[in-house]
Amino acid sequence: MSETQKQIVYSVCAMCTVRCPIEIEVENGEVKHIWGNPHLLGGRYLCPRGAAGKVFQNDAERVQSPMIREGDRGEGKWKSATWDEALDYVADRLKAVIAEHGPESVVLGDRGGGFTDMQKAFIQALGSPNYFNHHGACSNSVHNAHNAIAGHRRNTVAYDYANCKYTILYGRNILESIGTSEAKGFIDALENGMRFIHVDVRWNYTAAKAHKFLLIRPGTDYAVNLALINTIIEEKLYDVEFVERWVSGMEELKRFIVPYTPQWAEKETGIAAKEIRAIAHELAEARPSVVFNQGWMTAWTAQDYYFRRSIYILTALMGAYEAPGGLLFSKGEAAAGFKPVRTLKKYVPAVKKERFDGVGSTFKHLSADYGLAQMLPHAILNDDPYPVRAFICYRFDPLSSFPDPEAYKEGLSKLDLLVAIDVNYSHTAWFADVILPECTYLERTDPVLVKKGPKPALWMRRQAVEPRYDSKPKWWIFKQLAERLGIGQYFPYDTIEELIDWQLQDTGIKRSDFDKKGFVALGGKKILWDRANGLKFNTPSGKIEFVSSLLEDNGIASFPPYESPQRPPEGQYRLLTGKIAVHTQGTSLNNRYLNEICSENTLWMNRGEAGKLGIQSGDTVEVSANGVTQTVTASVTDYMHPEAVFTLHGFGREVPLQSRAFKKGMRDNTLMKGLLEVAVGGNCPITDCFVTVRKIS
Amino acid sequence: MSQYYIYQDQNRCIGCRACELHCKTENDVPVGASYCKIIPVGPSTTGPVPRIQFVFMPCFHCEEPWCANACPTGAMAKREQDGIVAVDPATCIGCKACITACPWGAVQWNAETGRVFKCDYCKDRIDQGLEPACVTGCTTAALKWASPSVSSNAKRERAARKIAHGKTT
Repeated sequence: MSETQKQIVYSVCAMCTVRCPIEIEVENGEVKHIWGNPHLLGGRYLCPRGAAGKVFQNDAERVQSPMIREGDRGEGKWKSATWDEALDYVADRLKAVIAEHGPESVVLGDRGGGFTDMQKAFIQALGSPNYFNHHGACSNSVHNAHNAIAGHRRNTVAYDYANCKYTILYGRNILESIGTSEAKGFIDALENGMRFIHVDVRWNYTAAKAHKFLLIRPGTDYAVNLALINTIIEEKLYDVEFVERWVSGMEELKRFIVPYTPQWAEKETGIAAKEIRAIAHELAEARPSVVFNQGWMTAWTAQDYYFRRSIYILTALMGAYEAPGGLLFSKGEAAAGFKPVRTLKKYVPAVKKERFDGVGSTFKHLSADYGLAQMLPHAILNDDPYPVRAFICYRFDPLSSFPDPEAYKEGLSKLDLLVAIDVNYSHTAWFADVILPECTYLERTDPVLVKKGPKPALWMRRQAVEPRYDSKPKWWIFKQLAERLGIGQYFPYDTIEELIDWQLQDTGIKRSDFDKKGFVALGGKKILWDRANGLKFNTPSGKIEFVSSLLEDNGIASFPPYESPQRPPEGQYRLLTGKIAVHTQGTSLNNRYLNEICSENTLWMNRGEAGKLGIQSGDTVEVSANGVTQTVTASVTDYMHPEAVFTLHGFGREVPLQSRAFKKGMRDNTLMKGLLEVAVGGNCPITDCFVTVRKIS
Repeated sequence: MSQYYIYQDQNRCIGCRACELHCKTENDVPVGASYCKIIPVGPSTTGPVPRIQFVFMPCFHCEEPWCANACPTGAMAKREQDGIVAVDPATCIGCKACITACPWGAVQWNAETGRVFKCDYCKDRIDQGLEPACVTGCTTAALKWASPSVSSNAKRERAARKIAHGKTT
């Protein structure tokens, strides 16, 4: 019997976009087990999706080879192709589009996150300004809000739960919509005595652990914050020293906040005024070690932007920026005394052209780092501001994540070229002209990841096993396309090792430094800036601007009057969606093991409302809006606000080759007709969707 | 003698099912069978916030295993050195007497082989000085690998601290 060949490979997970550090046990060239990286996590903790990466890699229902469409778009008739055929096909069509309409007629969208440099470099090297990502359906409003008020993004700050005394979560289901380190850190914090308030429209596993659970009327979280601010200012509970040093616009806030009393908020939200006052006092006692969770998926209502701003206003009033137990600034290479990791994009000439989505022109206060994916169908259909004819869609599925896939498809169907680069058959890939199958994260090495944070580090996603099927790593796919399009010089490598060595060239860090633990700490100590003089708010004034110049300069009010979210018309409900620990929305539904635990979503309904409609748990119901109907099983509960119904996002897959997930449960985004809009925060108002529910059996 | 116990800290468990997934991938358990399961029980409302219990159900490795006593071939047996109850697939005849006997539903049917299989506390890992996959991979470190007596002491100490601090949750 031959001896078992065992190997440990440290890498970075890609089952969702949290990117947890992992330790892969490899046996005889196969993945034996995936754990959390103990050198970074303190143990081999890893969430269920991370563990299920092994069966994902083994799945025959992945894309197995390059595919070129033969039938109509979305019909599912494909020709399996060689890489040369598929790459030539894509390059030839891109060349034709560029020749006829200019390079800006090519757009590239991805899922966002830490590994976007290559995509950004590629589209910029083509001469197009049109990079965008998924955040219009996710976190645009919170990123853009923090940007205007403090010159930061949601993810240029980190929560210091380890030292936190008091946290408020607004609909952030931190113990079900999980990242391993964050969920464990949150539980550690609770064990250490942190108290937390969970504000939500429904009870969930996070609410189950809360010290207070406040069932709120959907969409009115902003009103709670306004009443908190009102009480904090009225009773002078704020950190005067911090506010005087770092805040501008306090007088305007004081004037604005007068009408928004706790009594007012009680009528608006359903949360008792005395409860809001009590929380304000508890916050003041715990400050500055308090966290107002910024939110994760924040594409809520049209007014979500102002709600997110209020989170940062409260954070500033409590003096929680860069305070122990508060919101700590993320630091990069420079702050740790290192030369930066090289990016491909930096060496590509800048493109100074108008964008397709209006960012920088119509929407001057919104960031081009995320763009507005919801504008793509409009741009394609109207040649506004110019023709868009080709869309490179990398690891991104707007037909699943954005509202109104039919409207989105109408736009995509007018393209000359839609190419999907993905490990999965996404809905968008299924509608594409060409699918280029990327190999899974277990089968590829990716460029170095700069993990900014209070303790910055470099991480590396490393290949553990050989690619299964005819799939290829991203670095190879983009290099091949670049060569064919005459921009190969911006991709100065032939192997991923050469690329990584080039990236690390100035840092003094070597590729082999990652071998032992999978990461390289930059300095290794927590870097804290001086709260008296060293905080870096990247606003024009260098302060937290309650009255934001970025808004005022562009004709947008910093403090418009509160707008009450619409109550659902009689017989209708606001449709809200969310996540659970075993799924990454649509992308994991076909995973054999994850699908075994949860293969369908259900519709959560308030017991009283369900009673009016004669609906009980287990009944099959039709959920309808704007002429679209989905069918799903009802889950009746006492712990759901009567104005809303809830379902897990991403189900009801329509790709027949994903046999386990095909047509299981309801596809929520099809009901969200007409919501491909740009709200003031750059988000789609995804929760402004009202549905009727009818029992059918 | 049964030496081991998996202690589940309800305060830390978030019901994420990572234990189930780590178990399934470690043991390559086919769809349809699970060596361990988290069963959510609740929510219940005794106080202002509805609470839920996530009950962890692996095999409990009984001191007097019903499954082994029912097994006609001796395939299901308790390991002498540490009390792990495991089934030998070569000797199992697929009669399912153990499934009938086990009061906890721990014994699982392997539809691919026509034999039973079950949680053996990842005995190959135990023999290497490691802990079971469910404990090792648990997202929030809610599962702990311990002896029964250590676990009950830890639980008692925690309860004592709560009583002293007047906390009920």
